[in-house]
Amino acid sequence: MRRVPRIALAGAAAASFALVLSACGGTSTSSGSSESKGDKGLAIAYDVGGRGDQSFNDAAYEGLKKAKGEFGYETADIEPTDGETDADKEQRLVSLAKQGHNPVIGIGYAYAPAVKAAAEKYPDTTFGIVDDSTIEADNVADLVFSEQEASYLAGVAAAKATKTNTVGFVGGVDIPLIHKFGAGFAQGVKDTKPGVKVLSQYLTQTAEEGGFSSPDKGKTAAEGQIEKKADVVYAAAGLSGQGVIEAAAANKVWAIGVDSDQYKQEALGKYKDAILTSATKDVAKAVYNLAKSVEDGKPETGIVRGDLKSGEVGLADSNPKFKSDTAIQEAVQAAKEKIIGGEIKVKSS
Amino acid sequence: MKKFDKERLLLAVAGPVIALVVAVALTSVVLIASGKNPFEPYSIMFEQATFSDIQVLIINQASLYYIAALAVAIGFRMNLFNIGVDGQYQLAAMMAAVVGAHASLPAVLQVPLLLLTAVLTGAFWSGIAGVLKVTRGVSEVVATIMLNAIATSVIAYFWLPNVFGVKVGNNNTTGEMHESGWIPGFDMGDAGEIYGLVVLAALLGIGYWVVLNRTRFGFDLRASGASETAAAASGVNPKRMVLTAMLISGGLAGLAGLPILLGDSHTYSLNFPTGIGFLGIGIALLGRNNPTGIAFAALLWAWLDKASPELDFHGYDKEIAVIMQGLIVIAVVVSYEAVREWGLRRQQRRVGAELAAGHVLGATSDNSTQKEVAGR
Repeated sequence: MRRVPRIALAGAAAASFALVLSACGGTSTSSGSSESKGDKGLAIAYDVGGRGDQSFNDAAYEGLKKAKGEFGYETADIEPTDGETDADKEQRLVSLAKQGHNPVIGIGYAYAPAVKAAAEKYPDTTFGIVDDSTIEADNVADLVFSEQEASYLAGVAAAKATKTNTVGFVGGVDIPLIHKFGAGFAQGVKDTKPGVKVLSQYLTQTAEEGGFSSPDKGKTAAEGQIEKKADVVYAAAGLSGQGVIEAAAANKVWAIGVDSDQYKQEALGKYKDAILTSATKDVAKAVYNLAKSVEDGKPETGIVRGDLKSGEVGLADSNPKFKSDTAIQEAVQAAKEKIIGGEIKVKSS
Repeated sequence: MKKFDKERLLLAVAGPVIALVVAVALTSVVLIASGKNPFEPYSIMFEQATFSDIQVLIINQASLYYIAALAVAIGFRMNLFNIGVDGQYQLAAMMAAVVGAHASLPAVLQVPLLLLTAVLTGAFWSGIAGVLKVTRGVSEVVATIMLNAIATSVIAYFWLPNVFGVKVGNNNTTGEMHESGWIPGFDMGDAGEIYGLVVLAALLGIGYWVVLNRTRFGFDLRASGASETAAAASGVNPKRMVLTAMLISGGLAGLAGLPILLGDSHTYSLNFPTGIGFLGIGIALLGRNNPTGIAFAALLWAWLDKASPELDFHGYDKEIAVIMQGLIVIAVVVSYEAVREWGLRRQQRRVGAELAAGHVLGATSDNSTQKEVAGR
């Protein structure tokens, strides 16, 4: 007798499974669904960290704001969830495309498989993907950057600014994208002053462990490097970079910011005097440019690379102390010209 | 007898139902406090569940949750807390992906090979914690959570280009697996594809029930969980039981990532879902370590996950679903304890009443002992 309710329960479960399977109505994205609202503008789907990371995702949002202001259309920006699958990302992009958003941009290489699949379903919508160059489709623009070039310049500045002949690099997560920052930085330092030691540390192995989103981890790592006599620390670590900058300010050494011009950021106002410069990566401009190209009726497609030449990566000079230091400025300028001229090839790993 | 069965069912269902009601009520309070409509999000999410493509997403996700939760549950049944399911399934999925990319056998051999790789990897990883526990008395909670951290480092090592890694753009992958190891899904037309290994998840659920309730091993395991000393006195070797349970738990955990690996992604990349092992703990709790209960819990969790993104398009935050999941776990723990005590009191009252009426209660008291063991 004891068995009966269990078997009944199992039966109920099986029945409900079957029900779910057979109850298939229309799909949420079928064209007959009630929600097609016609033409809308740019939509972006954020990477891990989301809005408020004072860095990568916020830069994308800046681009969105600019496009919204200029073209006066409705925009959307959507955050990811933790531990999601490619299917979830695809669902997000497809939902945005279904609602009439154009272009739809995935921020971060993690969106690559999702962008590819969504672009096949909505051939008339332009899709963009930041930091990935693997997708080849007529309606996809691959927005990539030569981060190593800006990092090289940061390395030049660091080598010129260090007095202890030791500089530090803090990478958010141990992945190929961040290796580009580290490699460019180290090369810039070595080419400028061969005797300078470069300390290098990655905060975590995966993004899920918080390498891009944990200022406390950044702070600990930077303090460790400062203890080993580093007097310039370069952070390529998203939100974690705040901790690096905080540690640098507390110990009166230089920090170099990343992605956005961090000297100008309100959230970092307290520490801005410690921010020597920032290796910028103008995601905002790339996002805006794609939106503009769609608005102009000539959507970008294929690989769109931002480098020193196009000005989409570079070194910020809003800190007056940095700008007025002629020795650093001359060295940076010379290196920049050599990179643009092809005289210096910057390694990306 | 019939009446008693109803009682059991009532007690089993009351816990989760109370927890859900409390969680929904509290979530509505949060919504009201933030000045939003406390009911509309639910109707949006229910509407999502009627779309076939969302249903496919829910079932696919639930299959991952279900296997992970079974792995956690088998540990719970004998008072072992395998918090390392997360590391075990990730490492196992990676090893399966590596083997799948380098071995190329016919499908009849390739698929079993991949399944076996995953099971053995998961069992090996949890086995380390098991061995440490039986030989050195190290708490399995501490050992498995440390092994999670080590697993991520091992995975990062395997991703190096000179080990097993293949770079695709800025992503780390293990290279595409040979097609003989892919498991075709059930084609649902426009709605997408249901992973083929959803069937495996269901079979594992049945196997779990049979082993626990219909074998001597299952009885020993439940007995060890209920009272280790009593089990030892009746001839169960507790050390062997601990090690076996950890190995089975890890082996099951190893399979948790395979539905998506063999059914969709075909490579282990940075995009592979993480954290399923931790979600499995909550799902096993909600499902009361019962295979049917866990199935409902896994579907509920997957529904909250897959239906909530739509909220973003209606002016609500999809994090509402995360708040709800958290509240459910807390409410479940509280309500189960409350329901258990309430059930005990009811039983005592009834026994008291029947004793007063002069009845003899052989069968019922037998059953209640059984229930104590099974209901853990």
